[in-house]
Order: sequence, then structure tokens, then C-alpha cells
Amino acid sequence: MSGAWSIYVIVLSLLVVGGSAWLLAMTAKKPEKKEGETTGHVWDDDLAEYNNPLPRWWLWLFIGTIIFSAGYLVLYPGFGANKGTLGWSSEGQLLAEQQKYEEIARQTYAKFAALSVADLAKNAEAVNLGRNIFANNCAACHGTDGRGAVGFPNLTDASWQWGGEADQIYTTILNGRMAAMPSWSAVLGAEGTPQVAAYVRSLAGLGHDATAAAAGKPRYEQICVACHGIDGKGNPALGAPNLTDADWLYGSSEATIVESLTKGRNGQMPAHGPLIGADAVKIVSGYVYSLRDQAQSTASGGEK
Amino acid sequence: MSLNHEKFEKNIFRMGIWTAIVVSFGGLAQIVPLMFQAQVVQPLPEMKPITALELAGREVYVREGCYNCHSQMVRALRSETARYGHHSIAAESVWDHPFLWGSKRTGPDLARVGGRYSDDWHRVHLNNPRDVVPESNMPGFPWLSENLIDADDLAAKMGALRTLGTPYTDEDIAGAAASTQGKTEMDATIAYVQSLGRYAPKRQQATPAATVPTPPSSEPVTAPVDPAAPADPAAPAAEEARS
Repeated sequence: MSGAWSIYVIVLSLLVVGGSAWLLAMTAKKPEKKEGETTGHVWDDDLAEYNNPLPRWWLWLFIGTIIFSAGYLVLYPGFGANKGTLGWSSEGQLLAEQQKYEEIARQTYAKFAALSVADLAKNAEAVNLGRNIFANNCAACHGTDGRGAVGFPNLTDASWQWGGEADQIYTTILNGRMAAMPSWSAVLGAEGTPQVAAYVRSLAGLGHDATAAAAGKPRYEQICVACHGIDGKGNPALGAPNLTDADWLYGSSEATIVESLTKGRNGQMPAHGPLIGADAVKIVSGYVYSLRDQAQSTASGGEK
Repeated sequence: MSLNHEKFEKNIFRMGIWTAIVVSFGGLAQIVPLMFQAQVVQPLPEMKPITALELAGREVYVREGCYNCHSQMVRALRSETARYGHHSIAAESVWDHPFLWGSKRTGPDLARVGGRYSDDWHRVHLNNPRDVVPESNMPGFPWLSENLIDADDLAAKMGALRTLGTPYTDEDIAGAAASTQGKTEMDATIAYVQSLGRYAPKRQQATPAATVPTPPSSEPVTAPVDPAAPADPAAPAAEEARS
């Protein structure tokens, strides 16, 4: 705050506090006036208002607030640009509280520093902690139970788009992932798209039009192999899903596969390192790795 | 001078004028100097105005009344910085006309929501929030996907904002129509939401408290420690709404 504004605020503060004291002194009941006088107004025939002196307790309370304001302006910021003798600031209070809790967090994480992500998955305390982190940061997309939703991977099954090993899970959470399936409508055209969709369904052993699938095969082998492989088993390094299993992120119906081919798919896992910090990422990776071991929903797979 | 309270109380005009004078002191001391403070009127050095598409999304945000349930103001309190990120600073809002800080949180604060979820998540969530967050009580906004942006209107709005001090260039305004061609209100809203918090100060600490799992004895403001508790991030906001 510049000097001029500081003086402006100081003058106003003094005016308010001084003015209040002056008003109190000037309007206080003069001693010569007696109790029992009324203000002179009468309402509803017989209602009048006493003009008695202010109650003592109220008067002292008012004087107390004036004294309090002086003490406050000395101790805390408020009197122009003065910082107050206590040196208090809201920013400083926030930092102090954050540091206190960061210290608690540091001590909590220190217990698990020596454990690997796979070890964390077996540590009940770490899993518990990880579940809390998951609930606060991951559940919005992956669900409170980790089973995901359409477009958001199920973490309890055996299929892992970006790899299900402990370090791969950690990397995925820390740095995020950006799937890059482009739109193929321009290349495949209105005729080729359903053919490739039929071939993809044949890879997964789903019902399909054999003629269309046969026509789609060469197109698949020309375009899709680069990421999904000749056998359709995908490539976790590229985030290209396995097309031969029962787990389908966006759905396995022909219409959905056509939509994927036409519009492309760009599923994004936001990087959580900058959001929650590497220590928390490691703990929650352990929790996610523990979910993976459940791997019980594979049988029910299908349209997910 | 014989001044007593009757002088004020028995003349309504005098009473009114003095009341107005006394009441104005608070504003004169607290608000007027702020209007001339650099931290309030100067944007951050790296700040750029939101794009035409984001602006269109902001218009949708205002039109649909998102601010009725979502604030855009992270207060300088640990419980808030732990949950959302760095507290809001005045310079971020220099070009906000009108500002959308809000004061009611039925849903969570959105000042730092940009980048927290993917575009796809927002698309599903805006269409029907229950598809991804079963406990949510937010209404769905499916019509946003059907409405195209009115690009002509947008250029006029950018011109108006420029009058108010937002540094849009002539190219920005001329390109507004082209850059939003064929985009739906859904695209615009997502772009806007993803822009929130773009210029937020980065955390000073190595370990963000954002998810510091509070030990079981601490208050559950930031981390529902009970695993059985509703684990949706909107849950603490629901508590706020109830209280």
C-alpha cells in the first residue's frame, strides 16, 4: 500500500474511533436530567418512551470496544500499512498450518518410503491410506470401487491399457496418459469402417458378418496393426488396447466400434504428480495394484 | 454546545444523512484503496485472456447458473488449499466480467478444476453426472451437446470486454467465428472449465497437502478417513451445503 493510501486509511480509522468516542461523550445524558422523563412521543394513546441514561454496562461495553480497537490496531495489521507488532498475516497463518500438516504427511509417508509399490499393495496400513487417496482423487472417474465406467477403465480386472505392472501403474498415475486413436473415417470411408468393425469383432470372437470381416481384414492389416498388432493383442506401451479379450472400454457393439473408428478415441488420464505429489501417487499406486489382484470381474467382462 | 441524541433522533433527514456518513466509513477504508492496488488491477505477467471458445463456455456457465452451486474462490484456509489447490488471488480475476467467485457451494469449488479431469469425463459428467458419480445431485445438461455456438454474438462480446479492459486483439475478435466454427456449447463449456486455474500459482511445497491423508484423529475436511464414508470428492461439499 502506498504512503498516501496508508495515511488515508489511518485518518479514516482515527475518525471512526475518535468520532465514536466523541459521539458517546456529547450525547451522554447530562447529569441535571432526571430519570423518568419521556421522549415526548406518545403512540397508541398511552405508549411513551423513556429518555433514561444509557445503562452503565452498555456504556462500559462501548468504551471497552474503543479500547479494544486501539489494542487491535497495535497488534494486528489494519492501521494503514502498519504490519502490527505480532507480525500476523493470513498468508503466514495458512503457511504455518500447511507446514504442520505437511510434516504429519511426511512422517506418514516416511514409514512407507522403503517399500516398493508391490510391497505397498500387501501392507494393510498403506492400502488403507491409499484407499482414502483414491476416494478423494480417483473415484470420480474410476468409481468408488475401482470398477470404472464407460470410457473409464475398470481397475479390478485383468486388462490394463497401459500395463498392469506396479511400476507401469505408478508411471500412469504420476505422469498421466493420453490415448491417441485418431479418426479413421477419411481413410476407411463409409464402406470400410463397418468392415473393419466386423473384423475387430471377429478378433474378439464376437458375432460378425463374415463377408464384411473378410473385407475388413486387409484394411486392418494396413492401418490398425501399427498399434493393435497383427493379432489384435494391443500394445501397452502405446496404450493400444487388446482387441481379443472381453474387456471393452467404450463397448463392443458394432455401432460403438464404428463410432470409435469414425471419431477416434482420446481417453485421457490426467497427471496426478502435480496434483497430489509423488509420495501420495506411490501409496495410491499400491492400492490400485492391490485392486488388480482381485481380478475377478474378467469372467463377467463384456460390455463395460 | 448542547448536543444530545435528540438532535439526531428527532430529525429524520439529519438522522439519515449521518447514518449514511457513518456507514460509508467501512467501505471508504476497505474498498476504495483496493481499487487502486496493483495486485487487484494488474493481471499476472503471463496471463492471456481466455480464448473465444472458452469465453463462449463462460457465457454458458453464466446462463445455466453454474455459479449458484459452484464457487470459483479458494479461500486462504488450509482445509481449502488442501482440497482444491493454491488459494485464489485477485490478479487472476482482473478480466472477469462479471466475476464468478460465488458464495454458495452445493457442489465443489471450481477455481482449480482445470486439468483435474479429462475432457471425456466432463462430457459424460455434464450430460448426466450420475454416470460417473452415482452420489451426485447435480442436474444433467444434455442440451449443451445439441446447441451450436453463436459466433457472431461472440465477437460482439469480445469487443465489449475489450472496452472493459480485456486485451483482446483485432485478430482475436476477427478469428472468433472461425475458431468456434461447428463447436457445440458442450465443447465450449468443457474448454472453459478446463481453463479454470490456468494461471494459479504453482505450489511452493514439495509435497502438496492436496491429498495428505489426514491421520485418523484429524478432522475429515479433506480426507474422508472412514473407508465406508461416501468417497466421492463431492461429499465434503454436500456437507457444506447441509450446514
